Amino acid sequence: MLNILIIAGVLFIVLTIAAGLIYVERRLLGLWQDRYGPNRVGPFGLTQVVADMIKIFFKEDWVPPFSDRPVFVMAPAILIATILLTFAVVPFTSVFNVLDSNIAVLFFLGNSSLGVYSVVLGGWASNNKYSLLGAMRASAQMLTYEVFMGLSLMGVVMMADSFNLRDIVEAQKTGWFIIPQFIGFVIFLIAGIAETHRLPFDIPEAEGELVAGYHSEYSGMKFGMFFVGEYLGVTLISALIAIMFFGGWLGPSFLPPVVWFFLKTGFFICFFILLRASLPRPRYDQLMSVGWKILLPLALINILVTGALLLYLK
Amino acid sequence: MFSIIRSIWYTFLHAFHKRETILYPEEKPYLPARYRGRIILSRDPDGNERCVACYLCAAACPVDCISLQAAEDENGRRYPEFFRINFSRCIFCGYCEEACPTYAIQLTPDFEMGEYDRQNMVYEKEHLLINGEGKYHGYNFYKAAGVDFGVKGKGEGENEQPPVDTKSLMP
Repeated sequence: MLNILIIAGVLFIVLTIAAGLIYVERRLLGLWQDRYGPNRVGPFGLTQVVADMIKIFFKEDWVPPFSDRPVFVMAPAILIATILLTFAVVPFTSVFNVLDSNIAVLFFLGNSSLGVYSVVLGGWASNNKYSLLGAMRASAQMLTYEVFMGLSLMGVVMMADSFNLRDIVEAQKTGWFIIPQFIGFVIFLIAGIAETHRLPFDIPEAEGELVAGYHSEYSGMKFGMFFVGEYLGVTLISALIAIMFFGGWLGPSFLPPVVWFFLKTGFFICFFILLRASLPRPRYDQLMSVGWKILLPLALINILVTGALLLYLK
Repeated sequence: MFSIIRSIWYTFLHAFHKRETILYPEEKPYLPARYRGRIILSRDPDGNERCVACYLCAAACPVDCISLQAAEDENGRRYPEFFRINFSRCIFCGYCEEACPTYAIQLTPDFEMGEYDRQNMVYEKEHLLINGEGKYHGYNFYKAAGVDFGVKGKGEGENEQPPVDTKSLMP
C-alpha cells in the first residue's frame, strides 16, 4: 500500500515538475533575454501551463497517411515510459524512493539507451526525409554520448563502491563527489545535455535545418509527449547530477532532506535553461569529434587515475 | 572553451538587467511626433478647414484609400464636400501628408484604431477633422496665396506687395 502511494507520489511530482518546466523555461529565457515571457494568464502567468495543456489536448491528433502507423503512435510512448521507469530508482530521500535497486546506475544507463529507440522509430515512421535525418543524427549523437556517459559515472561508482544510488549518496557524507570527480562531473553534464538533446546539443531537432527533426510530423498530444519527455529528461539528468556529484538529499539540517534534493535538482534545471539561453548549436561533425576525440579519452583517463589512486590509498 | 563559459556568465548577468518589454495596454509606448499613425484633417489658425480639395493626396495614395469631392463656397474658396479615408486599406505610408500643399492632411502618433466591424474603419470628414492645427502651427494657406477668397484682400498677404497700378507711369 505504501509502495503504491510512493509510486503515485513520484509520478505526480515528476509530471508536475515537467509540466511546470514549460512555464519556468519560458519565464527564465525571458529573464535572460531582457523580456518577460508569459505573464498574462493568471498571477505571473502561472496558469499558462493549464492553457497550454488545454490547447494541446484539443488539437487535432493527426497521423500522416504515409506514416508507419503503429510505430508512429508507439514512439512518443517509449520516450515517456523509459524516462518515467528510470525515476523508479531515483532516491528522493533515504526513505522516499520506489525501488531500492543494487544496479540503479546500470538501470538508468540501460533505460536512457532505450530512449534512443523512441527518437529513431519516431523519425523513421514519419516517412519524411527531414525526420529521418533528425533521427539519424539523434541516434549517432546519443550512442556516442552514451559511451562516456556511463564511463564518467564509473569514477563515482568506484569511490562509493556501489551501483546503488542510495549508497552513492550515503558515501558522500564526508564530502561531495564533485571535488574528487570534477572531470567526471563535467563529462556527465555534457553527456546529459546531449542525451536529452537539449540546446546547445539539439542537433536532432535543429529547427533551422530540419524543420523540427524527428518530430516534424507529430502534432497534438503526441508532440506533447515528446515535449514533456524532453523536460522529464532534463529533470532526470538534473536529479542524477545532484545525486551522483552533489550529495543528493544531504545538506545542513535546517532544511528537510527532500528540500535539499529539489533545490539541487532545480539548480541544475535552471542551469540547463541558462545553457539554452546562451550557447549556439555546434555543427554535427564538431559534436562527434569532441565526443570521440576529447571526452571519451578524458573519461577513460579519469577512470584510470581514480582507480589507481583508490588502489594506492587502500 | 573559455569563451563558452564567459558567454554563459554574460547571459546569466542579464538576469539583473532592466527588461526591454513595454507591457502595452497598461503602459503606453513613447511615440515620436512624426510617428505615422491615424490620419487627421487640420484647421488653419482662423478655425477654417485647411483642405483645398486639390486631390493630390488621393493621387499620391498608393492604395487608393482616400476619396473626396471638391466644392466651392460663396467666396470661391475650395473645400471638400466629403472626405473619406478607408483605414482598412490605408498602409500609413505618409505620402498623402507629403503631397498636401496646405498641411491639411497629417499623420498623428495614434495607432489604437482596432474595430470589430470592417465598415467602422471607413472614416468620414467629421471623424477626420480636428479643431486644431496639428503639427504645423500658424500656417494659413490663403494668407500666403495670391488670390482673394474672402480670407485676405488683394496684396495684403504675407510676403506680398500691394498690387502694381499698371496704368500709372510712376515707379
